[in-house]
Amino acid sequence: MTELGLQPFLALSAFLFACGVVCIASKRNAIGVLMGVELVLNAANVNLVAFARYNPAFQLEGQVFTLLVIVLAAAEAAVALAIILNFYNNHATVDVDQADELKG
Amino acid sequence: MSLPVVLFALLATVTAVSALGVVLSRNVVRMAVWLLFTLIGVSLLYLLLGAEFVGAAQLIVYVGGTLVLLVFGVMLTAQGPLRELRTPAAQLVVGGILGAILVSLLIVVSYHIVLPNPPEQDKLPGVASLGLAFLGVTETNPPAALTGLPEGTRVARTPVAYLLPFEIVSVHLLVVLIGAAYLARAKRRVQS
Repeated sequence: MTELGLQPFLALSAFLFACGVVCIASKRNAIGVLMGVELVLNAANVNLVAFARYNPAFQLEGQVFTLLVIVLAAAEAAVALAIILNFYNNHATVDVDQADELKG
Repeated sequence: MSLPVVLFALLATVTAVSALGVVLSRNVVRMAVWLLFTLIGVSLLYLLLGAEFVGAAQLIVYVGGTLVLLVFGVMLTAQGPLRELRTPAAQLVVGGILGAILVSLLIVVSYHIVLPNPPEQDKLPGVASLGLAFLGVTETNPPAALTGLPEGTRVARTPVAYLLPFEIVSVHLLVVLIGAAYLARAKRRVQS
């Protein structure tokens, strides 16, 4: 494991993060945007676990923070899905471009 | 090439390709399937890094919970034209260029990170120490001093426990799930 090093994990996490950001920015389906958020959170988790593994001062913290992020991601997905379902009930669409009622 | 390097190359390829699949596929059901493979790849990466409990929690909570929730959302909302909403090509091009810039910037930055002290031992703390930390038992013997401090100021780390964050996050999860159930309850559909 020591010959592998920290950097490949950070590079993979950067790729996941960029994929998530592009997904959030370019998807029109609200559930697709939600999947992008999940990708971003997973990228952060990969970073945390990699630092826990390669920095001895954060062995416990990295794992603890990752577990907290996983729980928060589950909560976020539940609320966001409830909001999307409400929007779908009221507007019969999940296109985020149609959600412009507050536009000035 | 040792075994961890080969395993990492394999897992990283699978994870990256399926993340790209999430971005590039238009059908939201296919996006969910690609996301499934991404999440499984990330959890196997945790196992490769030695964080067994985090890997198992990722499999159970993400793959078994969050993704099923997303698939239910897809099932309840995807019908007819909504299943494949097309993004304009110009937006995709701009997003792709910005994403490429972002990933190259992040990779350049991450290859400049120098860890001050390389790891001596080859194991992460297991389930026992994680559980004790969550239950509020302070870590009496931190394995290393704080990093990132100037030389000469070797401050010993304060023993920490995570009982309060654990309680906060569990109450938060309860409140959020009640709120989500209230928000998503069955209502008469408003005719628009």
